[in-house]
Amino acid sequence: MIATHYTYWIIFGLMMIGLYAVMSHGNLVKKLIGLNVFQVAVFMFFISLGRVDDGSPPIITEGIDVYSHPLPHVLILTAIVVGVATTSVGVAIAIRIYEAYGTVEEDTALARDAADEGAE
Amino acid sequence: MTSQLPALQVVVPLLGAAGCVLLRSAFGAWVLFSVVAVASLTTSVALTVQVWDGDVIRYEMGGWPAPAGIELLIDRANVAVLLLLGVIAVIAAGYGRHSIEVEVPTRRIRMFYAALCLLLTGLLGITVTGDAFNLFVFLEISSLSSYALIALGRRRRALLAAFQYLVIGTVGGTFLLIGVGLAYSVTGTLNMADLAERLPAVVGNRAVTGAVVFIFVGLGIKMALFPLHAWLPGAYSEAPSVVSIVLAAVGTKVAIYAFARFAFTVFGIDVVFTDLPIGEAILVVGSLAMLAGAAVACFQQDFKRLLAWSSIGQVGMIVTGVGLATASGVSAAYLHIINHAIIKGALFAAAGVLLLRLGSTSLDSMAGLGRRMPLTFGAVVIAGLGLIGVPPTAGFASKWALAAALVEDDQWLILAIMLASSLLAMVYVGRIVEVGWFRAPAKFDEQAAESGEQATAGANPGVLRVREQTSLLMAGSVALLTGVSVYFGVDASLPSNLADGAARILTGGGAP
Repeated sequence: MIATHYTYWIIFGLMMIGLYAVMSHGNLVKKLIGLNVFQVAVFMFFISLGRVDDGSPPIITEGIDVYSHPLPHVLILTAIVVGVATTSVGVAIAIRIYEAYGTVEEDTALARDAADEGAE
Repeated sequence: MTSQLPALQVVVPLLGAAGCVLLRSAFGAWVLFSVVAVASLTTSVALTVQVWDGDVIRYEMGGWPAPAGIELLIDRANVAVLLLLGVIAVIAAGYGRHSIEVEVPTRRIRMFYAALCLLLTGLLGITVTGDAFNLFVFLEISSLSSYALIALGRRRRALLAAFQYLVIGTVGGTFLLIGVGLAYSVTGTLNMADLAERLPAVVGNRAVTGAVVFIFVGLGIKMALFPLHAWLPGAYSEAPSVVSIVLAAVGTKVAIYAFARFAFTVFGIDVVFTDLPIGEAILVVGSLAMLAGAAVACFQQDFKRLLAWSSIGQVGMIVTGVGLATASGVSAAYLHIINHAIIKGALFAAAGVLLLRLGSTSLDSMAGLGRRMPLTFGAVVIAGLGLIGVPPTAGFASKWALAAALVEDDQWLILAIMLASSLLAMVYVGRIVEVGWFRAPAKFDEQAAESGEQATAGANPGVLRVREQTSLLMAGSVALLTGVSVYFGVDASLPSNLADGAARILTGGGAP
């Protein structure tokens, strides 16, 4: 099981690393990096689903009968676009947070908000 | 032409978004959004008429037959949500005319409407699609546009709220993707009808179990199901008023619909509710949500934040109906989806009016409001009574239906929790009433108003100026939603017809 499905274990490990980075870091950019690692792990999971034993890449060639399944690749193409869009929106918001607060540390930003409230 | 309606439902708002970007003027973008909103409402009414007798419309996108192509699916389980989306879009268009002008910097208004069109596209798409992967894509379209819209809130805190929502929402969306992938790995199909056909053959496979759990948790994040609700209070309370209305009224509801669709028609009652303890899990977290949401709402100092926490409790109430997995439970859930959307829409619309008139939505600033703005405050109280579930408001009708469904299923403990949650609702609505009618108006001196304005100006200069008059369109939206919430309490035939039809399709049994 472990020997034949080792890709899933690697992917699972990557997912956990990503999630851990999202949760443990207060730095917004690092959170986004963690989010990307997590998403990419899921993309790789999808792509590995499409693998067929002894299959060649799904490009029609003479003399080859067994191809890998192309559909997951196409799906992930869409998911990658979604991932890029998420990252860019995230970075855009992070930049605006930096402009508004002068920091990309979540805790510092929250503290500055709390300080504002105290001043009012 | 009518055969293309399912596609138009999604394509029109999508083109509208592009149009808003191309148009040069803010007014033009508003006109375009209004046209899109009215078109969506018209389309959903036409579709409702077509499927009213229980027909199912299957639309092959681009002429590619399912399961290879993407299929749009319209039946009585989703026209209720489509109608709701149409109505809220039209309200948002009318209400937004002045609200957005004041709350959003002029140069961003075009983009604001473009994002609003995309949000509508995403929400409508989730509702009409018959393809699991397509649902993920539409979910991300609606989420991404809502992050952008929340970030346009007037205070800088809106940016943090949007970012937190982005992180949690993306994890939720990706969980959904994992679930869809797992289901695909054992069935080899993404079409919902096809999945439903092939899944029984592989029941018991751990990948199916994993798929159900991942989809449930992923959508749980999107519907702000306790304890996955952390993003909601900040997002709802910091977003511009129009966005709050749309998100509070339909944002979470669409995720609940998507879950019901997956649970009942894709995986089937047997897999989700009999083999797996998802039903029990929903009842537990739903009950906790009812109590926690309502309890925390009692301690809020800000009107919009209070409403947001109340939404968490109400979402718990809706999913409890779904978790019962009986025809009457699902019907009650749908009824509450409709009624709560109208009531919360009315309350957030009123909050937007207060924001423009008072410059703030804190409860302190609402002191003595009953005398200064009796009509707006009257609407708040009527809609608030709906939240508690006082007859003859719409809230009573749906809580009654849910209570009946709970009794039918012998869930007395949950019934008690629901009543306790309604009592807590009485506390937080009571607080608003107390502040508005019995507390002396705060000394509303010019200086305080000015310093408050400067505080907000620090983050977003010159955005908010306190208005003397409520615009007619905004007041009209509040009045319309409040009026409908009372009307649905007196004559619940339309929403309960929609709800029963949906329950019949989803649970397969004869609804009451």
